[in-house]
Amino acid sequence: MKRYFPIIVLAVLCVLPLVGLNTYLMHIVILSVMWAVCGMAWNLLGGYCGQVSFGHAAFFGTGAYCSGILAMKFKISAWYGFLLSVPLNVAVALSMGLIVLRLRGPYFVLATLAIGEVFRIFAENVVDLTNGNLGIMIERTWVEKTQFYYIVLGLGLLAYAVVKFITESRWGYYFVAIREDQDAAESLGINTTLYKTIALTVSAVLTGFAGSFYMVYMGYIDPQIVFSLGEISILMIMVVMVGGVATFWGPTVGAVIMVILAELIRSIPRVGVAYQTLFGILLIVIIIYLPNGLVGDFPKIRRMFQRGAA
Amino acid sequence: MEPFLQTLIAGILLGGLYSLIGIGMTLILGVMKIINLTHGQLMMVAMYITFWLFSIFKLDPYLSLFIAPPLLFLFGMGLQKFLIDPVLKVESILPHNQVILTVGIGMVLQNLATIFFTSDYRSTPVSYATDAWYLSDVWKTAPIELSLSFSWTISFCIAVAITIMLWYFLAKTDTGKSIRATAQDLDAAMLMGVNVNMMRMITFGIGSAMVAASGCLFIPIYYLFPALGSQFTLIAFVITILGGMGSTMGAIIGGLILGVFESVTATYVGMGWAPAGRFVVFIAALVFLPGGVASLLKRHAIRKSK
Repeated sequence: MKRYFPIIVLAVLCVLPLVGLNTYLMHIVILSVMWAVCGMAWNLLGGYCGQVSFGHAAFFGTGAYCSGILAMKFKISAWYGFLLSVPLNVAVALSMGLIVLRLRGPYFVLATLAIGEVFRIFAENVVDLTNGNLGIMIERTWVEKTQFYYIVLGLGLLAYAVVKFITESRWGYYFVAIREDQDAAESLGINTTLYKTIALTVSAVLTGFAGSFYMVYMGYIDPQIVFSLGEISILMIMVVMVGGVATFWGPTVGAVIMVILAELIRSIPRVGVAYQTLFGILLIVIIIYLPNGLVGDFPKIRRMFQRGAA
Repeated sequence: MEPFLQTLIAGILLGGLYSLIGIGMTLILGVMKIINLTHGQLMMVAMYITFWLFSIFKLDPYLSLFIAPPLLFLFGMGLQKFLIDPVLKVESILPHNQVILTVGIGMVLQNLATIFFTSDYRSTPVSYATDAWYLSDVWKTAPIELSLSFSWTISFCIAVAITIMLWYFLAKTDTGKSIRATAQDLDAAMLMGVNVNMMRMITFGIGSAMVAASGCLFIPIYYLFPALGSQFTLIAFVITILGGMGSTMGAIIGGLILGVFESVTATYVGMGWAPAGRFVVFIAALVFLPGGVASLLKRHAIRKSK
């Protein structure tokens, strides 16, 4: 049963548009899958390799701006942004890695946070290229959601396959070794800087795809949205924290919960403005009571319910 | 020459206030080994307290120094006791749960402020806001003309006074010495009979009170809105890195460097780039001087003793 679980999930996801969901529900499903891609990408670096990044908005925004600038300045299809975002995000990740991967613990957290902010300020100020705070608006390829859905599902599959392949290979064990004890890993002959760079680069490219997708799907971006610390970088962390750090299904579960919660809370009149407060409280509760997330602490939750029933 | 000197003076005045923010953060970092990413939001809370005291009771922002910091001291102690301390004991895969926790606290504070006080920009229009001192008032035949804003100068002087008081507290009193002992070696401090949990609470309280004090000093010269917190959190940690983690002297020098640098960027490159300049300093510090100013000070001290 457990072996077929991914295939069953995939089959269900493939036939989902045929059920005839309305556009709003499709929108939620598409966003969930997009956030699951982001979550899986973040999880590879943060969960498996133990490098908590507060700056993944830098990659997300770079991906989004690749598509946007191609469409706006060069008048070619925004879809080519996916191709362009790969070399660009690799370059960003490598140069970022050169600075931040030498740092550990709190230094690393702060450095990534700062780099994310540098990207936002850069995008706000280089008006010639990015249109500054006005943002970029492009025409969406399709009005229908179904095509977007299959594309983002493809991205989700790609992210899942990449993360699964890496974490189940030799590299995955290196990553976990680095997370658990970097000095011990180094003394066992693991080139820690190299493997951290690999984790960062793969994570960056996947996040960049999600960013490019955001551009072509939403049709509008500005620096405050795609380079946002609170709405992108921290939400990405929340997706993983809620779902489960260093688990395969955690980011997906987290993404579905966070997207639905965000939509639900925002639609309640008067309470809607407080959605960040509720997110914050949720984060605090998760960290104190379920530090490994819903998937990671699933046995704990089950025990809690069983005890309650008995 | 004249614009440069003027920029330099503005930078030093700003840097003095920045130092005060940085000291609070570096103190918490030194004792608890966690980054408090809700530092700026605490400052925002203190600024709203000051603002409401001013608009309801017409209380001068500088007099709020006797009200807002003590309140924030208690608030910070509560945060430490009921939220951050329990997380230190929780077993989890990620070692940075406390940092993410402070982000969550910051989100709640900022969002609550937006709901209750709206996201309008506010300020305290004190009567002396536009007063200034001029060099030509003192020195009639001065070759250049420099001006010094009245409220900036007062804020700077109070910041210096508070810093000296904090130094006295940390260096001379028993509690201060216990805090420093906890920062240096937790286990040894515990063996010497220091109540480490109490010291942690007091430290978080003092850190919050320091940033609250800088909030009171900032509000006559700045404006206030709920999202202001994250900006000052970033400033605080840039100073902390620049100064060297956990070093008070480093934070003071780091604050001054940052203030001058920002002021120079704003004058010569453009207002919008001042925050980017901040991060250039930050990344340069990480790459070229990972130990911060504190490592330079230490090296100097070692060379002297030889």
